[in-house]
Amino acid sequence: MSGRLFESWGRYPKVKHLGELVPGSPGSAGELIMSTSSTVLPRGLGRSYGDSCLNENGYLVSTKYLNRFKSFDPASGTLRCEAGVTLDEIVRVFIPKGWFLPVTPGTKFVTVGGAIANDIHGKNHHKAGTFCNNVLQFELLRSDGTSTICSKESNSEMFRATIGGLGLTGMILWAEISLIPVKGPYIEMDSIKFNSFDEFFEISKESARDFEYTVSWLDCIYAGDEIRGIFMRGNHSSRQESNPDKIVHKSGAWKTFPIDAPPFLLSTATIKLFNTLYYNKQKGKSKSSTVHYNPFFYPLDNINHWNRMYGKRGFLQWQCAVPSTDDNAAIKKIIGGIKKSRLGSFLVVLKEFGDIPPLGMLSFPMPGITLAVDFPNVGKKLFTLLDELDDIIVNYGGRIYPAKDARMVNRTFRSSFSDIDIFSEYVDPKFSSSFYRRTGEVK
Amino acid sequence: MTGPKKVLIFGAASSIVYETAKLFAGDGASLFLCARDDEALKRISADLQVRGAEDVGVMTFDAMDEGSIERAVKEALVKFPDIDCMLIGHGTLPDQSVCESDIAEMRKAIEINFTSVAVILTHVSEHFRKLGRGSIVVISSVAGDRGRQSNYVYGSAKSALTTFLAGLRQRLSKSGVNILTIKPGFVDTPMTSDYKKGLLFVGPDVIARGIYKAIIKKKNTVYLPWFWWWIMFIIRNIPERIFNKIKL
Repeated sequence: MSGRLFESWGRYPKVKHLGELVPGSPGSAGELIMSTSSTVLPRGLGRSYGDSCLNENGYLVSTKYLNRFKSFDPASGTLRCEAGVTLDEIVRVFIPKGWFLPVTPGTKFVTVGGAIANDIHGKNHHKAGTFCNNVLQFELLRSDGTSTICSKESNSEMFRATIGGLGLTGMILWAEISLIPVKGPYIEMDSIKFNSFDEFFEISKESARDFEYTVSWLDCIYAGDEIRGIFMRGNHSSRQESNPDKIVHKSGAWKTFPIDAPPFLLSTATIKLFNTLYYNKQKGKSKSSTVHYNPFFYPLDNINHWNRMYGKRGFLQWQCAVPSTDDNAAIKKIIGGIKKSRLGSFLVVLKEFGDIPPLGMLSFPMPGITLAVDFPNVGKKLFTLLDELDDIIVNYGGRIYPAKDARMVNRTFRSSFSDIDIFSEYVDPKFSSSFYRRTGEVK
Repeated sequence: MTGPKKVLIFGAASSIVYETAKLFAGDGASLFLCARDDEALKRISADLQVRGAEDVGVMTFDAMDEGSIERAVKEALVKFPDIDCMLIGHGTLPDQSVCESDIAEMRKAIEINFTSVAVILTHVSEHFRKLGRGSIVVISSVAGDRGRQSNYVYGSAKSALTTFLAGLRQRLSKSGVNILTIKPGFVDTPMTSDYKKGLLFVGPDVIARGIYKAIIKKKNTVYLPWFWWWIMFIIRNIPERIFNKIKL
């Protein structure tokens, strides 16, 4: 079958589509969707890692021209904007006015529609919940051409299905979110080294109360039964900035990863070297500094196409959430398994979620701990490892994050999300994705 | 250094114009927006206000209707008599092969891309001359630099526009009004949605930043991005007997 090849951020898989539908405005999206008899899937910037933003042999519906702000109320911080507006755009327009995103992931290059469809989370999950805990309402277009306003109060079940609903319940046209007031673009940050699980949990517990943002980098090559890493925590600084060029760093990335990297770049030896250097770059046990929001929240956004670092075959990110237990046996088993495999890269993130319940039927965060690991795609060996890790997560009542996934089996997905059968009733008959066909259907 | 403070805009729904208007809005400028489509105008007007535009006026116009152009210009100059910038960027990219046999389509392409712009310029030039300052910014195209078989109808309209602007520039040069001719190359917009996007394509935001900078620097003519100056320099200088043998 001929068609156009699309990939996601992980660059695995690459699949053929009939093409991309590009509505010029929210008003013309319905007609365009109704004009085809094939399946459709809304797509923003394609920053999901696996196949949840792909729709093999169907159409993608781009939100690239659904990029207008609609209104802003400076009294309450309520912003209404179309679904294709990016978090980057919101930050650049609103930081100078003293507002910031209520929740932000590790990249600014996602759209509001995508943020809702994956109910994304950030370093402040323990304080603010997920992105959609801060979404007031949105308009959802269905493939029969009708559209409805969904919120906690009206069409609340469709609201809950669409939050984290992977774009399957219809197309979000616009949404209303609550921004938070900030004094300036800076973050007061501490980074603290830890050398054991106990130490990590101790710092995490202690930080959750007084710090808005917490996250840790983990060295997944480090030998031994224990772990080591750097715990980062921060709060918005009261320091103001009057130079407009410093408030918002110049738009656009300043570096581009030029080519697909050769395989040796991500060998175990280079990762080990990188991790050792990164860990030892900070001399003391802990360090405090004032940093701009860009390096704090979006360290990789400055390098365009950093995903090329993993070469032609791409990479897989695996992110789990698992409830906390006294002995934290699950996460220890998982990290032990990853260390033993020596397949992980240097991008490994560990964080404790808070207990604010997410709203979506398929929202990923749960009270407990989450771990995200990038793996260069080395083929079968990796897929076997990930299946084993999935089984541990299923046994301990945890979840795998669909936005990052390209390979989990149907059983894992269903056990991750107990509301999946209710959710399926809200899926629009014309909307589908490679991910959902792979995992969502009962087998 | 910031940009203009009171701007009249024609073709506000065009991607390049909209991206440029975003930069004006970010400076807190007041804008008067004219476009064909009412829904698009409402969306853009709301958007630019959120971005910081102090005051936004809107009016629909039809490039094929001289009366509607005159009404829009009048309304804008009543609202912002102390206007300091004018940006014209409406246009259409006609299907060249249709224009080769369909007189009405060919005429329409020339009227929208050239005649309507000349009408607007004629209406506003005297106002600007009296004010004795400000910038008139018009989006022409590299396509006007040499007629090519693939789009000479569009190209000739843009060529006429470039020539019109050159003359207007000379006429207003003593009055302190700057005439800025913008010549973008390939831009990734809905207008070029049917084109296969090669390496030479850039986003409308890149062109917008170039326009904004050129206004501040009071340039006369700019190619955006800059490398199009070199490309067009070469294309203009290919001898006719070779030119006629190549596909372009």
